[in-house]
Amino acid sequence: MDEIKDRLLKPSKATKQDQRGRMISYLSIGLIAILVISILYFIATRGLSMFFNDGIKVSDFLFKTDWNPGKKLVGALPMIVTSFGVTLLAALIATPFAIAVALFMTEFAPKRGARFLQVVIELLVGIPSVIYGLIGLAVVVPAMRIMYGGTGFGILAGAVVLFVMVLPTITSLTVDALKAVPSHYRQASLALGATRWQTIYKVILRAATPGILTAVVFGMARAFGEALAVQMVIGNAAMLPHNLVSPSATLTSQLTMGIGNTIMGTLPNNALWSLALLLLIMALVFNILVKLIARKGRIK
Amino acid sequence: MKRIIGLVFSLTMAALLIAGCSSKSAAQSSKLTIVGSTALQPLIEQAAKQYQESNSGASITVQGGGSGTGLSQIQNGSVSIGNSDVFASQVSGINTKKIVDHKVAVVGITPVVNPDTGVTNLSMQQLQDIFTGKVTNWQEVGGKDRAITVINRAKGSGTRITFEQSVMNGQTAIKSQEQDSNGTVQKLVSTTSGSISYVAFSYVTAKLQAVSIDNVKPTDANVKTNQWKIWAYEHMYTTKKADVSTKKFIKYVESAKVQKTLVKKLGYISIQDMKVTKDAANQVK
Repeated sequence: MDEIKDRLLKPSKATKQDQRGRMISYLSIGLIAILVISILYFIATRGLSMFFNDGIKVSDFLFKTDWNPGKKLVGALPMIVTSFGVTLLAALIATPFAIAVALFMTEFAPKRGARFLQVVIELLVGIPSVIYGLIGLAVVVPAMRIMYGGTGFGILAGAVVLFVMVLPTITSLTVDALKAVPSHYRQASLALGATRWQTIYKVILRAATPGILTAVVFGMARAFGEALAVQMVIGNAAMLPHNLVSPSATLTSQLTMGIGNTIMGTLPNNALWSLALLLLIMALVFNILVKLIARKGRIK
Repeated sequence: MKRIIGLVFSLTMAALLIAGCSSKSAAQSSKLTIVGSTALQPLIEQAAKQYQESNSGASITVQGGGSGTGLSQIQNGSVSIGNSDVFASQVSGINTKKIVDHKVAVVGITPVVNPDTGVTNLSMQQLQDIFTGKVTNWQEVGGKDRAITVINRAKGSGTRITFEQSVMNGQTAIKSQEQDSNGTVQKLVSTTSGSISYVAFSYVTAKLQAVSIDNVKPTDANVKTNQWKIWAYEHMYTTKKADVSTKKFIKYVESAKVQKTLVKKLGYISIQDMKVTKDAANQVK
């Protein structure tokens, strides 16, 4: 009798497993939270120290165009403009292609064709960015030089390289968005006598719009943060771009170029950390944008 | 299930044991970490390889990262040796009292142009005018009618600091595109019409035109006598209280054996061949 009572009152093996599992997941969450917070703290303190310790105005940093931290000139506008330039241009070129490929994969292609394309896209995702950069340096830059003169380095070369890099991201997310459109939408539209094209244009794409926009924003986030490949083809001149084929510099390319040549704690180093902080804030903005699109764009 | 757990457990123990043994043996020998200048890196890597072959106990890790990284890491004492292309006093934010300089090689730097510019000689003043943007067409300095494209090195890079100290005379260079290595510059100048930049002697190829300055040719012999003005030391910085194995390795790099063979083979100029010395303020004796 007592034995049974004992067994019933004590936690069973399954309960203990349960607790242990919860413990492990809480520990992991805690660790990641600490990691994220310390990264944010680290970048924020470093990135802000230029404004507090060296007496640089935030407005100077954001809106002036002279970048020469060794001489206390830290106008980051050229980098900000160029970063947005390559990002928007790459997304602009990539989106139509991505939607076309995704439509083909979900609406037209036989199963085998879709699977083949899937493999190709996954392959594109897996290629390291340094290889994209090398190809850009060996093929895209000389092509730009022949077509437009000058050195060939610039926003256009950067956008072309980024186009190839963000295409798979946008495509695969668009595929997901199109697949999520319920099949009875398609059936209903076809039953009403709509052609395939009308169904795609008026029903499927409309229903998938928030998903596609999310895909584009994710692609842009990737393009914005890409450093190595862009640095190899952008030309790295910290000045406002005159046109699409004049050398310029992005936030990330300036970071990778400068970080090895600066001393921790000096102004040139802090200026780079401020660029990093700007990148971090932009990543946050992209995330919020994705959340907003997902919430507002739902079909009613 | 239990068997698998047992297997994993024993494997982990075995791995730990092996790791324990290897770390123990490493502790008995000397372990050096060398960080910094990418221009000096090939020489130190080769020297370290040879050194480890003759000293079985030594273990040397050589990393790049740039002169700035080398100097700040040695200042913090987090590495054994910090390599730099420039004097520590030429860089702001480094406390030179904390570290000791060892000059191990000399590098000559020459302006290079794309052969289609038609220029083989410039005066120091013309060179300066090109890099400050006063002159924008090769015609103005005796070349063909072509626009000048200036390609600079990254701000704070050792090669750029040396070039600006010898050529620019305190003036600020025109804003232009920047590249982060000798290799990229070499490739770019050889393929871009009307371009000019500067590289270390060892990066001059047949596709580039090295430019004489005031009719002095960029050769090792001219560097040794300081007739060619644009050159710099390669430095290995240690802390004040460097340990024995660190000192021993630096002695090895400075030794005639390395200076006479490796240094020359890799395109540097031996420190022993120099007939003049230069200090951080660019004063030559």
